Amino acid sequence: MTAPRFWRKINQRYRLVGTECRTCDTAFFPPRDLCPECRRESDIAEKAFSGEGEVVTKTVVHDAISDYDAETPYTLAVVELDEGARITAQVVEGDGEVDVGDRVEACFRRVRDEGEEGIVQYGTKFERV
Amino acid sequence: MLRDVAVVGVGQTSFGEHWERSFRDLFVTAGVRALEDAGVAGDEIDALYGGNMSAGQFIQQEHVAALIADYAGLATERVPATRVEAADASGGLAFRQAVLDVASGASDVVVASGVEKMTDLGSAETTEALAGSADREWEVFGGGNVAALYAMMARAHMDRYGTTRRQLSEVVVKNHENATNNKYAQYTNEVSAELVESTPFVSEPLRAFDCSPASDGAAAVIVVPAEDAEDYTDEPVYVEATEQASGSLAVHDRDDITTLGSTARAAERAYETANVSPGDVDVAEVHDSYTVAEILAVEDLGFAEKGDGGAFVEDGRAAVDGETPVNPSGGLKACGHPLGATGVRQVVDAAKQLRGEAGTQVEDASVAVTHNVGGTGATAVVNVLSDRNGRNRRSR
Ligand SMILES: [Zn+2]
Repeated sequence: MTAPRFWRKINQRYRLVGTECRTCDTAFFPPRDLCPECRRESDIAEKAFSGEGEVVTKTVVHDAISDYDAETPYTLAVVELDEGARITAQVVEGDGEVDVGDRVEACFRRVRDEGEEGIVQYGTKFERV
Repeated sequence: MLRDVAVVGVGQTSFGEHWERSFRDLFVTAGVRALEDAGVAGDEIDALYGGNMSAGQFIQQEHVAALIADYAGLATERVPATRVEAADASGGLAFRQAVLDVASGASDVVVASGVEKMTDLGSAETTEALAGSADREWEVFGGGNVAALYAMMARAHMDRYGTTRRQLSEVVVKNHENATNNKYAQYTNEVSAELVESTPFVSEPLRAFDCSPASDGAAAVIVVPAEDAEDYTDEPVYVEATEQASGSLAVHDRDDITTLGSTARAAERAYETANVSPGDVDVAEVHDSYTVAEILAVEDLGFAEKGDGGAFVEDGRAAVDGETPVNPSGGLKACGHPLGATGVRQVVDAAKQLRGEAGTQVEDASVAVTHNVGGTGATAVVNVLSDRNGRNRRSR
């Protein structure tokens, strides 16, 4: 991912800031500027997520795209945040294998050692609570 | 549809690693075969649609519909040529656009084609290009790629419905066996479930042999108004329905990740338009880009109950002599998967089944379904084709 594309969403990537639709009380992460349910009646505002959630499904990636190759094998999961949105992120394997249904919390980690432009990119990963 | 439409000619290249053949060689070969099959001359063609996912990344060539028209000898005729892109559903969409063009009355003779030249790139670059069908900013940045996303769908399906690793393997066993009679297939060797399970993990629980390969290839079909079809062929294949539906780009945004809502909706509309039920379908060519995708497909297309797709395949109900034969061509797994060509190749194989000239032939096939998916399911196309004989048979 190029530097401008990464920095554009730096707040969201670093601090897990998404959005919510105040019309229907739905939280979005990744952020959306338009609520798919309310569309033109959307009332969108920024929303900070607690970073806590639960593993919905997972895999262990052995064959990754090149920027992630050095980290294989790694655990990738869909995590449902307590506020209701879902995110695809790595789960840091600390004390044993993470499983579906496990409680996890966000941690700020290096996501890519070297982006296409040689920068280190940080973002959200998860670890078991 | 305003006018009924028929397929009157089909053609394809063999799929595989064609290092000696270029992008343009491939589609010219497929296009000429389709035109010869239909007995259509170049100056009769009113429009061309070309499905292609990613020539920009694979061969750094954009504007490929113009290239196709040019090298197919249609630029001198000023034939309008349109590229259609929806990841690896590009071919299915190109076919649908061609059908709608004829159905609307705007055009009479239209070429639907699909082509992809993948093997000039190495496997790392190919994985990278494929990842463009997922959400680059939020799935791929997090460490995902298409195989990993399907792996997570597989895991969820196993957890919820008890689908087994062996059932995934049986998809490969069946599709490879079917392809042994397909001279255009990339793999024509039989494989055992044990062999599948001995290949390395790509993304757990998916292994190397759960994945369709990178391939070069092209396919083309000619569509005309149904009322003119017999001017071109004794065996027209009628397009009873062509439907398309969308789903969220990212897998994580789906309420239920054990189903492709796009497939289910496109299928529901297609069956309604064609006035058939899933039980009427004699043969289906479905999008098995990964083994789990075929299990999802047989459920979402209504051949099996939700959650029963693994058993459906394992029990032989998807076999060529089963309840609903699925992928008698060998599917994406064994035929190969040149992304933009696949959706058109499926129509080629379905047409051959209805004409009774397929390699692995389903007996008395008269209603066929083709099912083409973009990426992890944000786009799905479902077509219903028939020879219009079965219907008469059933009504007697
Ligand atoms: Zn809303």
